[in-house]
This record gives sequence, C-alpha cells and structure tokens, in this order.
Amino acid sequence: MSESRRGNTQTVAPSEASSAQREPSQKEKAWEQNTLGPTLEKSPERQREFTTLSDHKIRRLYTKADLPNFDADRDLGLPGEPPYARGIHATMHRGRLWTMRQFAGFGTAEDTNQRFRYLLAQGQTGLSTAFDLPTLMGYDSDHPLSEGEVGKCGVAISSLADMEVLFDQIPLANVTTSMTINSPAAIIWAMYLAVAEKQGADWKKLSGTLQNDILKEYIAQKEYIYPPEPSMRLVIDTFEFAVKNTPKFNPISISGYHIREAGSTAIQELAFTLRDGLEYVEWGIRRGMDVDEFVPQLSFFFNAHSDFFEEIAKYRAARRIWHKAMVERYGSKNPRSWALRFHTQTAGCSLTAQQPYNNVVRTALQALAAVLGGTQSLHTNSLDEAWALPTEFAATIALRTQQIIAHETGVTNTVDPLGGSYFVEALTNEIERGAWDYIEKIDAMGGMVAAVERGYPQREIAEASYRYQRELDKKEKIMVGVNDFVSEEKPLDTLQIDDTVAHRQAERLAKLRAERSNDEVQRRLNALRKAAEGQENLMPYLFDAVKSYATLGELCDAMRAVFGTYEEVAIT
Amino acid sequence: MPDKKIRVLIAKPGLDGHDRGAKIIARALRDAGMEVIYTGLRQTPEMIASAAVQEDVDVIGLSILSGAHNTLCPQLMSLLHDKGMNDVTVLVGGIIPEADIPALKQSGIAEIFLPGTSTQDIVDFIHKRVIH
Repeated sequence: MSESRRGNTQTVAPSEASSAQREPSQKEKAWEQNTLGPTLEKSPERQREFTTLSDHKIRRLYTKADLPNFDADRDLGLPGEPPYARGIHATMHRGRLWTMRQFAGFGTAEDTNQRFRYLLAQGQTGLSTAFDLPTLMGYDSDHPLSEGEVGKCGVAISSLADMEVLFDQIPLANVTTSMTINSPAAIIWAMYLAVAEKQGADWKKLSGTLQNDILKEYIAQKEYIYPPEPSMRLVIDTFEFAVKNTPKFNPISISGYHIREAGSTAIQELAFTLRDGLEYVEWGIRRGMDVDEFVPQLSFFFNAHSDFFEEIAKYRAARRIWHKAMVERYGSKNPRSWALRFHTQTAGCSLTAQQPYNNVVRTALQALAAVLGGTQSLHTNSLDEAWALPTEFAATIALRTQQIIAHETGVTNTVDPLGGSYFVEALTNEIERGAWDYIEKIDAMGGMVAAVERGYPQREIAEASYRYQRELDKKEKIMVGVNDFVSEEKPLDTLQIDDTVAHRQAERLAKLRAERSNDEVQRRLNALRKAAEGQENLMPYLFDAVKSYATLGELCDAMRAVFGTYEEVAIT
Repeated sequence: MPDKKIRVLIAKPGLDGHDRGAKIIARALRDAGMEVIYTGLRQTPEMIASAAVQEDVDVIGLSILSGAHNTLCPQLMSLLHDKGMNDVTVLVGGIIPEADIPALKQSGIAEIFLPGTSTQDIVDFIHKRVIH
C-alpha cells in the first residue's frame, strides 16, 4: 500500500497530545511558574486526571503550543471547501437550517401515519420511519417469531398495502423521508418507490434516505439476516438503482449511531463508521461504477453523546478524513463526493430511566454539539425513551428543543463558531489521528468484512463498553440521578402500544393473501429467486414482486433460500 | 474443596439484537467468579429452557429491551416448570415498565433489574439467592 493510501495526513501532526514534544512559549512557561504553580499549591485540582466520556485525556489548558504545525488554510479550509473542517456549505445554518427529522413509528401503519401528520403539522421538516422488530428481521406480522413484538419498537410493515397506509395523504414528492431499515432495506425501498409511483411523484425528485447499512449490523446492532457477501450485493444493487433512477435519494446512511450505542468510544464510532463507508465505496467500484457516480449519494449518521467538545471534534474530524480518503485513495474528482453529509441523533444510551425530565437537558446539550459540529439533519430523543417509545407530549418537547436551538440561541448566526479554538482544533487532530490508526488496522486485516468476520470491531466495542460500566460502578464517571444525585420521583405516563395491533395486522395479512393473485405472486417470487442465484441487480425484481403484494416475509424467504442466513459467534 | 461455582445462563430472547447489556452482565458475573454461558442472540423460550436444562444452571438472566417481555417471560416460566426446573432463579434485566413488574414476579421471575442498576447489585442478589 502506498504511503498516501495509508492516510498519514498532512492535516495532523501525530502525537500532538504527548506533552513530551510540546513546546510552550516563554509566556506560557512564565505563567506555569508564576500563576499556575501557586494556585495548584493552594488548591489542587478536583481530579488527578481529566478525561472525556471516552477516556481521552484532556490537558488543563490548550494554547498554540498544542497546534505546532497548524496551518488554518490547509487544516481547516473555509466553509464549503476542502478539507471541510468548518462545514460542507459556504453559509451553513445561516443559509439553511438542518432538517428537523424526528424518528417515529409504532403500532400499525394507521397509528404511525397519524403521528407523521401530527409532526409535520408541528413544523417538523422531514419524516423518519421506525419499523418494528419483525419488519427489521424480515418476518411478516403473523410469523410465529413475531409474537409479542408486532408494532412494539416501530411500525409493522408486511406488504405494500401497509406502506400505502403509512404514507396516506403525505405527498412523497414534497417530503423527505428517512427509513431506518437494513437487512430488508431494498424491499422496503421498493415498496416506497411503488407508493411514490402510485401518487404520481417523479422518482427523479424523490428525496430521502434509506439506512441500508448492513456492516454496522454485524458490528453493533445485530439485525442481520443474510451473510455479509449477499448482503453487500443487495446494498450495491440499491446504489446502482439510485444512481440511475433517484438521483436525489440517499440509498445508504452509513451509521456510527448504533456503534456508539453499543458502547464504543467516540474514536471507535468515527473510525468504524468511516471504514464501513470506505468498504461500500470499494464494493461499488468493484461493481464497475465510477467513484464520482455514486459516492455523492452516500450519507452518514452519527451519535451525539454527552461529552460536548469530543462530539464536536468528532464531526469535524469525520469530514476531514472522508475528504482525504476520497481524494487520495480513490482519486475522486467531484467535490460532491468529498463532502461528508450527516444526520445526527442524540444518544439514547445517555438517557436515564431515573429522573427522566433531566433527559430534556441532556438532549438539548447533545443537540447543540451536533449543530455546532455542522450537522445536516437532527433527531432529538424524547425524555421518556429510557422507558418506552415517546408519547406525543414528550416528542413535542424534543422537537421544540431543536427549534429553540435554531431560533433562540444565536448559535446559527455564524459558521463554525468554534473553529480556531486551540482546544477544539487539537482535539479534532487527536480524534482524527486515533481514527486513522483504527482504519489502517482494518485495512491491514483486509477490510471491514474481514474484520467483522474476525470479531475485531465487536471485541473493541465490548471492551470499551465494559470499561465504561466499571467506571460507572466505581463512580469514576457520573450519571446524574443514577450513580449520584439520586432521588425518588413518581413514574411517568408512557405510551402503551395497543394489544390489538398484532391481531389487526394478522387479519389484514389474511385478507391480502385471499384477495391478491397468488399465482402472480409466486411467478414474481420465482423470478426473484432465479435472479438471486445469478449476478443481476435485484431491485427490478423486488419492485416487481412488491407490486403484486408479495409480503416482506415471502420476499425475504425467497432470498433466504438462495443466500442462507448468518449466525454470529457471540463475543462476551 | 472450593465451593462449586454458581452457573448462570445469560440469554437474549426475541428478535432484538441490542446485546450491550447482556454482554456486560455476562462479563461482570464471570469476573465475580461465576460460570457464565451466553446463548447469543434470538433465542426462543424453548431454546433457553433446553439450554438451562442441558447446562444445569442455577440462574437464568434474560435481557429484554424490546417490549416483548409479557409474551416471552411467561412462556419461558411454563417451559421451565414442565421440565421440572423449579429451583432455577430467573432474573430479567432491561426496559420493563413498572406496571408490568407485579405480573412478571407472579409468573415466577425472581427479580427485575431496571436501567441504571450497578453490576455489583446483581452479583450480590445472586450470591444471596443461590447458596451452595
């Protein structure tokens, strides 16, 4: 591998963190002696060592000694220009606010359609769909394994008939829609495109995002069906289809969110996500696409956890790494491939079941970090989500939190207000360096699919997650209301999922199977199975089959028969 | 002779794949000197009950975050009963609404640990409950 591919970046001076190489100015040295020294003698600091939430060491003070080779033009650039440290648009949130996109879904398609229309009426600017576990795992609502899970963690979608209800009276040509689905993403997307077609919407104008990030499923969230190879084929099929048919739709949202929720550090979240991104790029190129043909449609999704500056530095580093990788590894010529666009969600795992109203405050601060980090869209969690899916009351406060940041705080008045801060720039450098180290390690293993098969990222995350739990148990890290500042409070009223959902879904499926042409369904399922055995792009076959009202379970089973299923080796 | 180690089966029933909690508990109990078997993901109540018999465990720890506890827990308890495993201590950890707790305990679940529980509390509970 050539030196340039190894990612030794000119924007990073390695080991800037180590104080051995740090050369403070005369003035700083004098300050240490005359001002700092006496202060420490009189009143020592609260802790011997200060670290971020991810255990990254933080110095007492950052000065220009922490940025020895700093060149603002080269390392930061200007907004909308490489290396995009200051954001991907020239005017950032002065020009256009981020999309306020609240993730919602529960019960039946009717229930969620009502919540969607409520959120749009409240000023939300994009939709985001949560599916229930049977849908995520490719089972119909009436499958035995779906028992007890229908409509619980999201909306139950078993066929195009459900999808038509989900988006009833929502004009898909005008609303951007995100769909959080992975293993069966191509099928759900085919259903979405079929609804758009029925509404008479022009596919070329459709805008939205499919999560469709199977690699982070093997790494963290574990909602996989097929083995990596055929799963990656399906992902690349959606890339090809999107390039030709839906130029404004993101066929993937390469996600660090779930990696972080599984307990990773900020650096691991960044590194594994971007390495996943590079893996998709390599598979796309191997399929025969030009890098600049499909990469502009790839989008990202990060977590916003509680360590304010660590998160901001993470987003800034992400943009710099992506730009560098696109230019140096893949010879990209198109600036649209260089600019990393991302959605952010505040950290679900930071929410506490105890004293739940404190979660409003946590979420507001996390959202602020995402905004200062230059996010393109944002979901803010609701205060009751450590207990259940949110009530309408809680979801409204979460949306209002974004509106307050956007319209009251003034943080959107200037682009990248933290740019040039000694601390933020030094931390951005350190996080970037840490991420490149991981990326290079995974390169050496032969890429992310190979690393996943060895359990490497899974093991790194499990280690970090256990370390954090021990720190909580020992009170080295504090969660307010959980391991300190504990008080009694009365329970919240939470959203109850109506117990009739599974029954109503089963009835609807029975009716569907009775009314559709089952011969036609079989014919199209057979065509899909046959295509799956070959090399063709499966999107047209999926699109064809969903329009005959073949169910999600039937489609997934047809591919299970060809691809097999995946079982992980559990790491504890 | 040292005491026989307490044997624990940690299981993830249902379709959910969020295994952070299950893995932390498995490791914490192992660090506390117990013998821990982790089933891996997506175990049906039948698979969990069979594994419990086969591994002759003292404790079963179920991690459930998906809201499917009211379906999965009673199924497991009745299967354990059918297999004559009436002495096994069954614990649940995860997101369980407080309103559901009495019925789960009624079905034979020994304790329910909610988010924010320290691993030491779980270790202590097991030590108190399972005496060799």
